[in-house]
Amino acid sequence: MDFVTIVQILDSTVRLATPLLLACLAGLFSERAGVFDIGLEGKMLVSAFFSAAVAFMTGSVWLGLMAGIAASIVFALIHGLASITFRGDQLISGVAINFLASGMTVLIAQDWFSQGGRTPSLSGDARFGPLEWPGADALRDSAVVGPIYSDLVSGHTVLVYVALLMVPLSWYVLFRTRFGLRLRAVGENPGAVDTAGVSVVRLRYTAVIICGFLCGLAGAYLATGLAAGFVKDMTAGRGFIALAALIFAKWRPWYALGACLLFGLLEAVGNRFQNVEVIGINVPTQLMQALPYILTVVILAGFVGKAIPPRAGGAPYVKER
Amino acid sequence: MDKMPKWADIALVPLINLLLALIVSGLVVLSIGEDPVEAMQIMVRGAVGSTYGWGYTLFYATNFIFTGLAVAVAFHARLFNIGGEGQAQLGALGVGLVCLALPWPHWILALPFAILGGALFGAAWASIPAYLQARRGSHIVITTIMFNFIASALLVYLLVGPLKVPGSMAPETARFPEGTFLPTAREVFGWVGLTFARTPLNVSFVVGLIAAFGVWLLMWRTRLGYEIRAFGHSESAAVYAGINPFRITMITMLISGGLAGLMAVNAVMGEQQRLLQDNVLGAGFVGIAVALMGRSHPVGVLLAAVLFGALYQGGAELEFETSVPREMIVVIQALVILFTGALDGMVRGPLEKAFLRFRKQPKPGVPAE
Repeated sequence: MDFVTIVQILDSTVRLATPLLLACLAGLFSERAGVFDIGLEGKMLVSAFFSAAVAFMTGSVWLGLMAGIAASIVFALIHGLASITFRGDQLISGVAINFLASGMTVLIAQDWFSQGGRTPSLSGDARFGPLEWPGADALRDSAVVGPIYSDLVSGHTVLVYVALLMVPLSWYVLFRTRFGLRLRAVGENPGAVDTAGVSVVRLRYTAVIICGFLCGLAGAYLATGLAAGFVKDMTAGRGFIALAALIFAKWRPWYALGACLLFGLLEAVGNRFQNVEVIGINVPTQLMQALPYILTVVILAGFVGKAIPPRAGGAPYVKER
Repeated sequence: MDKMPKWADIALVPLINLLLALIVSGLVVLSIGEDPVEAMQIMVRGAVGSTYGWGYTLFYATNFIFTGLAVAVAFHARLFNIGGEGQAQLGALGVGLVCLALPWPHWILALPFAILGGALFGAAWASIPAYLQARRGSHIVITTIMFNFIASALLVYLLVGPLKVPGSMAPETARFPEGTFLPTAREVFGWVGLTFARTPLNVSFVVGLIAAFGVWLLMWRTRLGYEIRAFGHSESAAVYAGINPFRITMITMLISGGLAGLMAVNAVMGEQQRLLQDNVLGAGFVGIAVALMGRSHPVGVLLAAVLFGALYQGGAELEFETSVPREMIVVIQALVILFTGALDGMVRGPLEKAFLRFRKQPKPGVPAE
């Protein structure tokens, strides 16, 4: 493998890790507040559809992005309504959200565009274009630094940089602000938070909305950045890989970045090579595809450091009467 | 203690939930410019208006009986087995291996072994998440989700590699020998001189009914079933009563995985007659909706499975006759899960209050004894 190939693989790693990272951070906020969310996939999917559809109709990717985020937040609020207000089962609600998204997107796409459940392909301003960094062109031909700077650092869409910036931002919000402290507390011991005079319901709704917002970014990136338009079930399990990454990262922002980059790398390598040889043994692509899930099970099993979820996760809060 | 009479709890609440789901579905149909009443008529006619419709409805229902029972059994132990999809895929592998292993002379011989193969493979696939839950405390929902993906990767690997027919491009196994073909409803009805349309409905339906009866027997007539239900109600109380949580978790999940694996007897052996890449087609997930609607009781599961079977068959007809795509089924399914599963409290809360008020009112007029 030569240097250029490595840079190319790393480049696509960053691209493929971006939707995972955004969805993973989305899950981080929700689950840290005690609301389990296996509906990340569904929220990404509605956002992917509405961002692509609105971007196509208006010709503006930014309006598309906003539509995607709005749609994702609506789904997040359904989840909130079911799991916070009506104290339903959060896992079942998540399953419902995923199906609802999978069915509704195709249904509406067929009604609006009649192209077999997809949107027309996007071009020009209806997509996120690459952001060239200053001097990227000038440096391109120089050795080592050139490809790294102009291909790996520069030339991604704006959402990639937003996703990367979200990591320190999430860390700061969660671990250095009063809001973050309360949010984490509500996921560990909501009773204590309630006793302190802070509304559990309000905090959890805030977390769920943040989750919807970030899933919205992730979905919009999929349809308008990574691809050029929406196709049926285009999230293809990414919401679940993000969930896996969240567990792999043990619900911490910086580790989430690492986990998502690792899973992005696996996908990038799997896309590029049909078969990979590791120390003389032929590794089939299917194993590469399954590796994020296998690694997550291993982590969950506690063989390599134990992943302990927020204590109050999954349990609806019932205020004492 | 009882806030509501029993009939309201087991019949009224699910019916209201179902009604809400159907109303919202109707609004969805309306919003894409179709007539919901007409859509409903087409679906009902398509699903139960002919022996053809019935055949397909009950064929789909057979799949959902197995996956629904799988989820229901796990629910009784308060385990959420979301891995029916993966367990059914492995079950398909088991059934496929059995069918391809021998040149079976007659289906009567092949069927018991296929049942065994499907159940064993499905149970084996469920056993790992079960063990991890019971011994290592890994959340079974997450591990079973992960195992769904691992199962489909494994199956793809086998079908493009070791199990593929040499020289063929299609990722599928060879066709099963003729001795494994299960009699269809058409043949069975033909034996007694009745006509039935050509559909994939086959004797697996009877296996499904037997499985449902078996689950009822197990859950409400055996000591093990009692232990499973006690464990589900309160783990600490169960432990205090000498019930071993590890044993119950393992056994429940093995039964659950085995039932999910049995789905392949109907889908793979009964219809496809070879092992395909995607042989489950989401039935594992439909099982969740079926178990929720059926309140985890075998009779409820049977009714809900037939309802969903009708939904699938009716939805196919709907796509055929109108511009409503097949995905409408997925939307209805999602709404049923949402209203009967997650938003249950929305209906139950006000209803409980209404019943309490209703019960108090006549009291003042009656003199105290």
